Amino acid sequence: MRPTAPLLVATALLAAGTLTACGGDSGSDSNTIKVSFKQSTDNQIKVMDTYLAAMKKQFEKANPGKKVELVPIKAPDSEYYTKLQQMLRSPKTAPDLVYEDTFLINSDITSGYLRPLDTYLDKWSDWDQFIDTAKTAAKAQDGKTYGVPDGTDTRGLWYDKAILATAGIATPWQPKTWDEVLDAARAIKKKVPGVTPLNVYSGKPNGEAATMQGFEMLLYGTEGADSADPLYDKSSNKWIAGSKAFKDSLEFVETVFKEKLGPDVSDALDPNLATSVRGELLPEGKLGINLDGSWLPQDWLKGSGHEWPEWSDKLGLAHMPTQHGQAPGKVSMSGGWTWAIPAKSANPDLAFDFVKTMQTKANAQRWYIANSGIAVRKDVAADPAYVKAQPGIKFFTDLVASTHYRPAYPAYPKVSTAIQEAMESVTTGDASVDEAASTYDEQLKTAADGKVVSKP
Amino acid sequence: MVLFLAGPIAYCAYIAFTDLQLTGQAESSFVGFDNFTAAFRDDAFLNAVRLTLVFTFLSSIVGQNTLGLALAALMQRASKPVRTVTGAVVVTAWVLPEVVAGFLLYAFFRREGTLNAILDWLHLPSQNWLFTLPILAVSFANVWRGTAFSMLVYSAALSEIPKEVTESAEVDGANSWQRLWHITLPMIRRSIGTNLMLNTLQTLSVFGLIWVMTRGGPGNRSQTLPLFMYEQAFQKSMIGYGTAVALLLLVVGSLFSLVYMRLLRTEA
Repeated sequence: MRPTAPLLVATALLAAGTLTACGGDSGSDSNTIKVSFKQSTDNQIKVMDTYLAAMKKQFEKANPGKKVELVPIKAPDSEYYTKLQQMLRSPKTAPDLVYEDTFLINSDITSGYLRPLDTYLDKWSDWDQFIDTAKTAAKAQDGKTYGVPDGTDTRGLWYDKAILATAGIATPWQPKTWDEVLDAARAIKKKVPGVTPLNVYSGKPNGEAATMQGFEMLLYGTEGADSADPLYDKSSNKWIAGSKAFKDSLEFVETVFKEKLGPDVSDALDPNLATSVRGELLPEGKLGINLDGSWLPQDWLKGSGHEWPEWSDKLGLAHMPTQHGQAPGKVSMSGGWTWAIPAKSANPDLAFDFVKTMQTKANAQRWYIANSGIAVRKDVAADPAYVKAQPGIKFFTDLVASTHYRPAYPAYPKVSTAIQEAMESVTTGDASVDEAASTYDEQLKTAADGKVVSKP
Repeated sequence: MVLFLAGPIAYCAYIAFTDLQLTGQAESSFVGFDNFTAAFRDDAFLNAVRLTLVFTFLSSIVGQNTLGLALAALMQRASKPVRTVTGAVVVTAWVLPEVVAGFLLYAFFRREGTLNAILDWLHLPSQNWLFTLPILAVSFANVWRGTAFSMLVYSAALSEIPKEVTESAEVDGANSWQRLWHITLPMIRRSIGTNLMLNTLQTLSVFGLIWVMTRGGPGNRSQTLPLFMYEQAFQKSMIGYGTAVALLLLVVGSLFSLVYMRLLRTEA
């Protein structure tokens, strides 16, 4: 007995109805805004909850009768994105304000999940205080801006002063080329047994950390990368395949693992590597050089579970050099998160008012310091109180001038996975650099829907 | 039941023929069989099919099935205390939540884990099992966890065999192998078929155990179809493609079922 089409449709509708009913109604009450954010999976860490609770209080006091409802989503990054995207699909579940990673924002813009903020930004004088690179972080291919960044991050080399000294390397250390980084690692391997000389994140288990902290920190330091994006060709709007820069970067990764300068391959491909680098390897003095992000100290602050107040005496900072030391001499990548307003939000105007409250100079500064973020407001970056708040802030804030943003177009997440797979195959030795690069070129065609251009 | 299930199932089947994505596209469209043809051109998919077959063959058809039968046969002859203890241990492994079992076996196989400690103690070379032989490690884990089910099925089946039959065979001078081959196996043939079918279908859809132990890695050396499906649908946001792969997994399951059905029908 075949169910007839109308019956099928009816059941589908019924099922859909029962399913969304669980989500609850966002209730288009014009005096309340719902704010979704990513809550840390670590119960000890309440940085964002505390900050948002304070903002809510401020906002409700200044706007009598208006209410802010916080909707935390407790999940690791990748699952947070998925959950959020599902909420954004329906007006019933869409919040009024969401916390969006710049990694995915373009993808969500293309899906029509978010609304452009230009009309609001034009009337908001503080917007001029935001640095230009940060403004472009949430700018889509249609030229409109869809998010207000709440800080950014930069990347560089963290090194253990004692390990370098034992290896006979003078500190403060500042390598000028890739080879100098590798030579330092070789010296550590030779003279300091029992430590990992150099950590470069690699492979799918490390996700975007492998792409951004690892591969792109190399790729964007190759010849010519400073004037033209080595991943995405802006003139033809196509992704770049077959470049020498790509192979050179893979070769660096291959060298690290072939010469056993990095973590043991199985540790390198353990999804918990980043956690153990911050929680164990660095504090226990077991890692010589670590290519990593500016946010590390947030784990070592008071009351963070891995308190390590001595870190600033024990560790030194160096910027990642370009491949052959060519201008500008240093490389950094930047990402970060933004506040965005869903297309299906019932209260966009009030939601933007809340963004303005969060992004006053004082409130923004408070947030940057609380989460070890890097300022995207010029007035905060110049404020001595901010610069002195934590060791390392000055070093990483200065890198903003020479940083690169990912070409975070809709295809980027898939391109990123293809990069991780290429890295992984040279890490395990399953493929040579050439093989891995040509596999990437193949996958790129699928990921970018054929919009690929070959560059030497 | 039908009312609640038919809608979502029909919707899933429909999605498999679209290029729906969770993010990164303005609107989805109907693409016919594109997802399916793409799957068969996708090395990663073919790799997942291979691994799924290896995993199912090793852990279900060979591992759980033979070990379950062996345990059941031994328990028939064992004394009561031995029976109770063995039964309790094996069944405990089975009732543990999948994730807990996954962590236990992760701890057993990892480089600083129990297995290597034992090997060191025996002065045998230790190695990182989850890295060098991930598919074997997860297959073993699945055997460890799922044998109880087969053991219970076969215990029931063996106790159904009338004593007179085996005794008369013994009087006729048949040794124990001959008894197993000519009397026991033919008599429990139906149980074997049922058990194989249930086991196989369960093993085909194992996700949590592998996810906890290896996440399908390193590389994709332990990425069976359910993990591949998850990666495509939720990590790469290609819901349409992921759903198409899910339907293909259903096909693999039905093929196995068909084979077993035939086995059940033929008279030995």
